[in-house]
Parts: sequence; C-alpha cells; structure tokens
Amino acid sequence: MTSILSLHQQLILDHYRNPRNKTPLAHYDLQGTATNPLCGDEVTLQLNLEGETISKIGFEGKGCSISQAAASMLSTHLSGKTLKEAVLFVTRFRTMMDPSTEELDATLMGNLVAFQGVQKFPLKIRCVLVFYEAFQDAIKDRDQQWK
Amino acid sequence: MSEKSGLFDSEMIRAQFPTLSLTMSDKPLVYLDSAATSQKPVRVIEALEAYYRESNSNVHRGIYELSRRATEAYEKSRNRMAQFIGATSPQEIIWTKGTTEGINLVANSWGMNNLSANDEILLTTMEHHSNIVPWQLVAERTGATIRYMEMDEQGRLNLDNLEELCGERTKIVACTQVSNSLGTINPLEQIIARARVVGALVLIDGAQAVPHQPVNVAELDCDFYVFSGHKMCGPTGIGVLWGRKKHLDSMPPYQAGGEMIKVVQKHQSTWADLPHKFEAGTPNIAGAIVLATAVDFLEEVGFDAIKRHEDQLIGYALKRLRKVNNLRIFGPTNPDLRSSVISFQLGDIHALDVSTILDAEGIAIRVGHHCAQLAMEHLGVSVTARASFYLYNNYDDVDRLAEGLESVNRIFTP
Repeated sequence: MTSILSLHQQLILDHYRNPRNKTPLAHYDLQGTATNPLCGDEVTLQLNLEGETISKIGFEGKGCSISQAAASMLSTHLSGKTLKEAVLFVTRFRTMMDPSTEELDATLMGNLVAFQGVQKFPLKIRCVLVFYEAFQDAIKDRDQQWK
Repeated sequence: MSEKSGLFDSEMIRAQFPTLSLTMSDKPLVYLDSAATSQKPVRVIEALEAYYRESNSNVHRGIYELSRRATEAYEKSRNRMAQFIGATSPQEIIWTKGTTEGINLVANSWGMNNLSANDEILLTTMEHHSNIVPWQLVAERTGATIRYMEMDEQGRLNLDNLEELCGERTKIVACTQVSNSLGTINPLEQIIARARVVGALVLIDGAQAVPHQPVNVAELDCDFYVFSGHKMCGPTGIGVLWGRKKHLDSMPPYQAGGEMIKVVQKHQSTWADLPHKFEAGTPNIAGAIVLATAVDFLEEVGFDAIKRHEDQLIGYALKRLRKVNNLRIFGPTNPDLRSSVISFQLGDIHALDVSTILDAEGIAIRVGHHCAQLAMEHLGVSVTARASFYLYNNYDDVDRLAEGLESVNRIFTP
C-alpha cells in the first residue's frame, strides 16, 4: 500500500521547499505555460539556448508540492541537454507516469523515479506533468524536426 | 466515541451504510464528502436490486402486468416526492437526472421563451456552476443581463442592496438554499419576498438543503425547486424539478422523443400533459422508484433528529478544528447560519497536499473549487479543502480529521 512516505519522500519535500531554477529569466529564447485546472497548478518556464543546447532554464509556478517539486526536479535534468535530448528525456518521463507503463528502466530517470508512485493516483499524475506540458508548449513551434 | 441524542443512535445509523465499514489505505474509511454525494443505506441498495429482480420493465408503455408494476411504483414515487416537498400535485414533479438537469431545463425552456434584451437574471456569487453557466448561455442567446448578489467576508449574502439588484427588470432570481462550498444557509424568505414585489420568478437550488432539512415549496413560495437524489441517500442519476403548474404548463418541452408526445404527425406534434411533457425517453425508472425508499429512510430517522445530530457534530468539529494550528475556516462563524460543510485552508499548504495525506489516513475530503469559482474568487483562494458531514458521521470522524490535519502540519513544517 502506498503511504504518505512514498508519495512525499524527503526529496520531493526538499524540492518543494527549496525549488531549483525557480527564477524567471529576464531574457529567454523559448517560453511555455501549462495549468492543471483541477488543483490550480500553474507553471511557466523559460529556456535560453546556445545553439541547440539548453544553457539556462527558469520557471515560475504555484500549486501543490508534487507539481512544484516535479518542476524543480525536471528543470535540473534539462539544463545542459540539447533540445533533442531534452525531448527524449521528458518523453521517457511522460511514459514513466503513464499508468499503463509497468516496466521502465528507472536508472535512466535519476531522482525522478520518486514520482513513479504517483502513477497509481490518476488525479495527481496531471500535477506531476504540468512542467512537462509547459515544456511541450515552449518547444511546440520547433517540435517538428524531432518527430 | 459513541453518542446518542434522543432517539438518534449514530452507531445504529452507521451500521446501515456498508461503505462506512470499508478500509482505505489499511485504515477505517472516514467519509467526509457527502456534499458531493452521500453514501447509501442497505435499504436503498436492496431496493435497487429488488426493482431489477422483480419489477424491471419500461413505464407507461406495456399493458402487461410487469410493466404495470413498474409504472405503478414509478408514479407512486412521484406522489411520494410531491408529499415530501409539499407540492400541490404530482404533476408538478418532473424527474430529472439531477439538480443540474433541472436548472438547465428551466433556463432553456422558461428562459429562452421569457427573457429578452432588457431583462435581468439575478444570481449569487456563491452559486454552484450549474446555477450560473446555464443562465450565461441563455443570457448570451436572449441578450438578458446577469447580476449577482455578493457575499461578505464570512460568505453570507449581502442583501443591503437587494432592492436595487432585484428591480422591475428582474425576471428570475436563481439562488441556492445552502452553499455547497461554504455551508452558508441563505435567508430565502427575504429574497423571495422581494422577488414577489417585483414580479420575478424564483428558482431555488435545493441540492444541499433537501438532504438535511425538511423543505416545503408552498411555504417557501418559490416557483421552481430542484434537487438531486444521490446527495440524500438515493441513487445517482435521479433528481426532481418541482415547478408551479401554471409555469410548467406554459413552457415548451426541453427535450423531445418518446413518452413526451400525444400525437406525432409528419410536420408537427402535440405534447403530452404534465409531467410527461418534460420526460422524453425512457427515464431512470429504478432511480425514481428507489428515491422514495431513500425518502422513507430519512423520514423514519427524522429530519429533526438529523438536524440535531448534525448541529452537534458541526459544533464539535468547529471547536476541535480550531485547535489545529494554522487552520483557516471559511464561511459563517454563527453555527445557526451554517449547514454541515466546513471549507478550510491549512496554512499555506496546498489543499491537494492536505487531501493526499488525509487519503493515506483513510480520510476522504473534497479539494478544489467545488464548482464554485466565483465563491473561491471572493475568498481570495483558488481552491479549498472541504469536509462535509451527514447523519452517519460521528465524533470519531471529526477527531480523525483533526489528527490527520495535525499530521499534515508535521510533514510540511520543517
């Protein structure tokens, strides 16, 4: 049985209380926004690019601990990746959160594996994915080249 | 803690609700979401099964005995509803899917044919979306204007400007009896009296009132009254629209199909008499029949006893919850103006986090805007957590909630 502890591991609480990259960028190349109307989660993220590489990432947001911790943790993974690598990474994350996904090589996901338990709570999956959706929104006009 | 007051034995009541003995997350379920939907007593569950085993057939169609049996039970339940809410005639009782469909029916059938550009619809900012959005759609199509009675900081309607808000342009006032998000009990008498002065019709949303208190539409002196079966121990998908016969007679059908017609010709048809004019298609027969069982159950327990129990419980809950650090309780501070709903915010912890942790303790509360975004806006929040109580809740439930909230505080306070 999933308990409070598996959902609210220290890691998630730490990122909620001390979010990384939660500073909007004054100048940015790409920006995206997403909301989760169910619990009012909001994330707006901004990316700076050097060539095709994400050189800096910043976000603003509000919402429950899961949505904001997921944003903070995902942001740390995307910084330094090329857009192509970042898309691959968030897609894998999206797959991990899909309730129909039973097995996935969790070692590829690093600390984001902390969110795997949320998979069992369909209403909260959307909280975890707000940042993912904001990222998709940010790259929507450049998305074609990776499809 | 077991409590008894008068003839009300809360343990005996609880024993009749099978879901209340379930465990969730390995803990006994504490169900505090009855404002969303109530749990069902054994009698209601068994009556549903009995209908499908012994009476199932379509109503008002077959001449065979089984169909007569279903039709008789179906119409008998309509009579029961009329008696239950003090309607003059069962013809004034229209079966609906629930409160939402009842309001949509009036907004469309009455609103589209009686409203025009200079008219006003008067609502309150504490309405459930189902008593706002249907009127917005009608206003858009007719050019009518929507105005609102506002709330004060305790979630009570501010009626100081009622005469200005409800004037000669006002054609209909649509107002909830009890707020689903704050629990406020509204002063309907004053609002309806004013509507009478200016000749406006009045629709009352009784979804949160009927489960908890006796309602008499004749005494209320309103024109339409709507409620849902599933919030009052009845099945889902069944509700009642009561309307004054003279209004219902003048209104065109809302949906068209079988059962609602007299004669169908190639280019025109004539409508069935009330109430069937508004009941196109095969209705929720089982739901309608079993709603009478739910009413029987509630009346046997007794609304006086239910009210006394809930008042005591809410009194205790407000007292106990005030001891929880950083808990902000919304709604009226005067318990007499409050039904059995407690909306709250725990410090700056997101309501979803609160409910997630309570869920792991087996405690079911509602989180969100409660389909009342205008009310949330008024409170300056986007969501709240809401615990709602019913006849089967007890002091233990309150204690478990308070302890759960205290553990949320511990988890989120570094």
